[in-house]
Amino acid sequence: MTDGAPRRSVSLAVLTPLMSVIEWPMRRLQRHLGIRRLAWVFLAPNLLLFGLFAFLPVLLNVAYALTGGGNVLLENRPPVGAGNFVQLMDCESYLDPNSCDEDKFWRSVHNTVWFVTLQVGCMIGFALLTALVLNGPIRARGFFRSVFFFPVLLSPVVVALIWKWILQRNGVLNGVLGGAGFETHVWLLDAGWAFFWSVFISVWAHMGFYTLILLAGLQAIPRDVYEAARLDAASPWRTFRRITLPMLMPTMLVVLVLALIKGVQTFDEVYAFTGGGPGSATLLVIQYVYEVGFGGSPRLFGLAAAASVLVAFVLVVLTALQLWATRKNAHG
Amino acid sequence: MNHKTIRGAAGASTLLLALGGASGAAHAQELRFTCSSDGNECEVMDDMLDRLEAENDGLTVAVDIVPYQAILETLPVQLAAGTGPDIAKVTDLGGLSQYYLDLAPYVDTDYWEASFGDFLSWYRADADDTGIYGMHSQLTITGAFANTTLFEQAEVAIPADDASWEEWAEAAREVAEKTGTPFPMAMDRSGHRIAGPAIGNGARLFDDEGNAILVDEGFTDFVEQFVGWHEDGTMAPEVWGTSGGTTYQDAAEEFINGEIVYYYSGSWQTRRMDDSIGDDFDWKVTGTPCGPAACSGMPGGAGVVGIKATEHPEAVAKVIDFFAEEDNYAELAARTLNIPAHAAVAENGVDFDTESANTKAALRAWSAQVGKLSPVAFAYQGYGRLNRAMFNITVERISQALTGELSVDEAMARATDDLAKADAEAGQ
Amino acid sequence: MTGWLTRTRGRGRLHWTDWFSYGYLAFGVLLMFGPVVWLLLSSFKTDSELQRFPPRLLPHAQETVTLEGYAKPLPLFEVTAGELAGETVAQVRRIGLSSQVVRLDDPGERIELSLDERTAVEAPALATANYTGLFERFDFLRYLWNSTFITVVATLIMLLVNSMAAFALSKYEFRGRATVLALVIGTLMIPQSVVLVPLFLITKELGLLDTLWGVIIPGAATPTGVFLLRQYMLSIPDEILDAARMDNASEWKIYWRIILPLSAPAIAVLAILAIMWRWNDFLWPLIALSRSENFTLQLALNSFQGEMQTEWSSLLAMTVLTLAPIALVFVFLQKYIATGIASTGGK
Repeated sequence: MTDGAPRRSVSLAVLTPLMSVIEWPMRRLQRHLGIRRLAWVFLAPNLLLFGLFAFLPVLLNVAYALTGGGNVLLENRPPVGAGNFVQLMDCESYLDPNSCDEDKFWRSVHNTVWFVTLQVGCMIGFALLTALVLNGPIRARGFFRSVFFFPVLLSPVVVALIWKWILQRNGVLNGVLGGAGFETHVWLLDAGWAFFWSVFISVWAHMGFYTLILLAGLQAIPRDVYEAARLDAASPWRTFRRITLPMLMPTMLVVLVLALIKGVQTFDEVYAFTGGGPGSATLLVIQYVYEVGFGGSPRLFGLAAAASVLVAFVLVVLTALQLWATRKNAHG
Repeated sequence: MNHKTIRGAAGASTLLLALGGASGAAHAQELRFTCSSDGNECEVMDDMLDRLEAENDGLTVAVDIVPYQAILETLPVQLAAGTGPDIAKVTDLGGLSQYYLDLAPYVDTDYWEASFGDFLSWYRADADDTGIYGMHSQLTITGAFANTTLFEQAEVAIPADDASWEEWAEAAREVAEKTGTPFPMAMDRSGHRIAGPAIGNGARLFDDEGNAILVDEGFTDFVEQFVGWHEDGTMAPEVWGTSGGTTYQDAAEEFINGEIVYYYSGSWQTRRMDDSIGDDFDWKVTGTPCGPAACSGMPGGAGVVGIKATEHPEAVAKVIDFFAEEDNYAELAARTLNIPAHAAVAENGVDFDTESANTKAALRAWSAQVGKLSPVAFAYQGYGRLNRAMFNITVERISQALTGELSVDEAMARATDDLAKADAEAGQ
Repeated sequence: MTGWLTRTRGRGRLHWTDWFSYGYLAFGVLLMFGPVVWLLLSSFKTDSELQRFPPRLLPHAQETVTLEGYAKPLPLFEVTAGELAGETVAQVRRIGLSSQVVRLDDPGERIELSLDERTAVEAPALATANYTGLFERFDFLRYLWNSTFITVVATLIMLLVNSMAAFALSKYEFRGRATVLALVIGTLMIPQSVVLVPLFLITKELGLLDTLWGVIIPGAATPTGVFLLRQYMLSIPDEILDAARMDNASEWKIYWRIILPLSAPAIAVLAILAIMWRWNDFLWPLIALSRSENFTLQLALNSFQGEMQTEWSSLLAMTVLTLAPIALVFVFLQKYIATGIASTGGK
């Protein structure tokens, strides 16, 4: 940690006096409460933050979902019972957004389902492929690993703008295609292509993260297993199917659920990329919540809260799945 | 101590208190002024305020220049949260009326009524309100810019003043073809922009009882035409097509680069056109083409309002009154190249601060359009309760029709629903 | 073992999997780095250069000449057809299909040429004005400061608060420990994006709306750090703590002098992750911040995207500047980031 050392000594020099000052009241508390109960003092700031910014909002969210009107202060909002939920769920057919009362919500739900399916599918697929390649006998593994990880560091707005620039009517993609004799498109004007590219940039930006996790999972598989397979003259494909995949399955599961959870919450890069357009072709559910609650006129906090309660429900299910998968991974 | 000394001491201390009080009043009053420029309005106002600050010791006005989107989206949230500025230049005149400071106690109301007349009603909450809430600093009107050099090169005659949309569309297409210009026409992505042509086509927007209906035959008809132009390539598709939600998008840069023949926007762009085009090509303001019902654009503009929650109402009123003085208003209009809303200033004519013949002609053309405004347009602009919602609904639903997500009829039906929902919520 | 470290699968020759692997990796380098390189190159092009289609790889600038009687420098063109063919001329105006040019030795007389009769005289050049213009026109340094302040302070708070909690949950036996652990796990199920409306209200009620602290504090409540650090702290032997206690060290001193230094690797990983998250944060700052002077770099970049839809020259330069700090972090710390992510396994 050679980079960290000089930084650490600087921060130590600055923080030591501060910490010493804190030590005094802490010692007295310790005498008062005893070591065991002092643990609560250590926990207090964290619990306060969680309480205020995680748990309380959940309760308030439900409160908002049950009220109407455009006022932001809860006390000024008239209660509407399940009105917001009824409005959201009012559909003749859930498969056709056009038949719904809140058609924008259901379009966003459809878009999100498609988006998550495609994005997670492609991303995990390519992440697995890349991890397998990186796990193989290649030189400069560290360099290549960093290459794939690089886009993960970029902010969503930057990712969106980089690709928006490439996909312009006069952008480099059309330049290359035109030069090679293919047809050029105005990519972001077409609903289908805009959706495709939204999935693409999302995969591009996040794939490296999952590649690393899968790579770690692959490297945890003991080498003698592969030795044994080689001695049996197994083909690469057979090795993969019979040995690699089953041993990697726990990690895959974790990665899959994690990707799903993050995928459902996608907002940043797509919002900066297409703004939900053209029309509502790339409108995802979090953007719907943002638009209804903070972008529209009038600001419908109740409806936005109700929609986010529904999304939260889906996420709770997925998170529970993730925890179950992690526990399995830890023991299996 | 005897009585005299005590009285003297009391008198002295009273005097001291009074002086202290006075210097307390002359205490630094810093006002925050959130402002968005179409051209240079905020910069000019900031400059003019230096004079006011020089005359009033302790008064400073910090002009905070923000993008237009911030005024549309962020300012309302700030005002609702109570963290807004003292003064703001707003365009959603009626929609934010609940936050305005009534200036009537601090200004000469007769002068204001005589100078600004009907425009004052735009800032009022309802018909019974008689307060004075804002000074209309910038009267704008929607209409079109035409690249006359391209018409010349294509040898196509510029349509007459009372030409219809079809005639303009045809002429623009011909010019674009002959000169190799990418786009014949373009219109800003805004519900406010499309309102004028819709009204010209017979849209009434309100029913007989004065309730907002937005969609009727005239409106739907124009929307169909609009969608048709996107399909056949008459209208530049990226303007309405690549943004989502209710994001505002204009096509000024494309027009300035000579990529558009006929650009429907509004008078606030005049300064920008003047500065950016220079003498690259000749251009002309042509107003709104005629429909069966009218040849009307939409009036609009911005005004300077005081915020009710301010800690310095008198100072705020002083600042706004400063700009309402005839000479100052005339100066503001002349330097920002905006059409005046002040009756006396408009009558005397404004000596616009530009050497460009194009701009002078443009501003004259804009002023001539004011008379053609339909009363529906005036009412729509003043309908603060819901007009912002109606603009947003218009943009969203028409965008869906443009991409083929919904048919025009479906989109219009949805728009009617959306309006009903917004109406229900806004009423609470 | 060493057998596996040979570079190829075949015996000294390249197996098809090797071809595929290196090919795939080469393609990966192109796809991952290419767009960013293109962004960089494009950011040094002038607006007119950016409109050119098909686009050229390197930024060029048109050569100009200053002639008597014209205030601005005039762009140079070479005439390709007609009577002036081969000559270099300066263009005064370009409208539609025709352009007015003047000969260099006779600037008074204007000659009409059509567009296809001339080509520009250009040379590779960087339009650094895109960058310098940014600092003049936009309050770039302020946005940079806002982003940096938020990132640094939020990371410090997160490290402190999370490590304290992790210490308590790993090294102490107390009643309710299981409950607290469950609560922390529960927090995992409440991502920010689904409680936006109440978060907005709470932040407003605390008076933190439209302030940098309104972005810092709500963002510090993430459970990932607690898990990561707790996991690591569990591996610190208890004997060390007992020895310190026997030396009459207070618990706070133990935390500060023993636990934190020993957890340094995990803290470093968490710090790097936190910096990355906070710097790139978008949705919550979008809601919490309204005055433009409080904008972070990400918000400023997005709002100017709407402002300058076709003024790509400034927009691209700003994009490069927004991604530069994190790219630097990447170059120096990529090894630690990678090992960190791998070890968390996404917990």
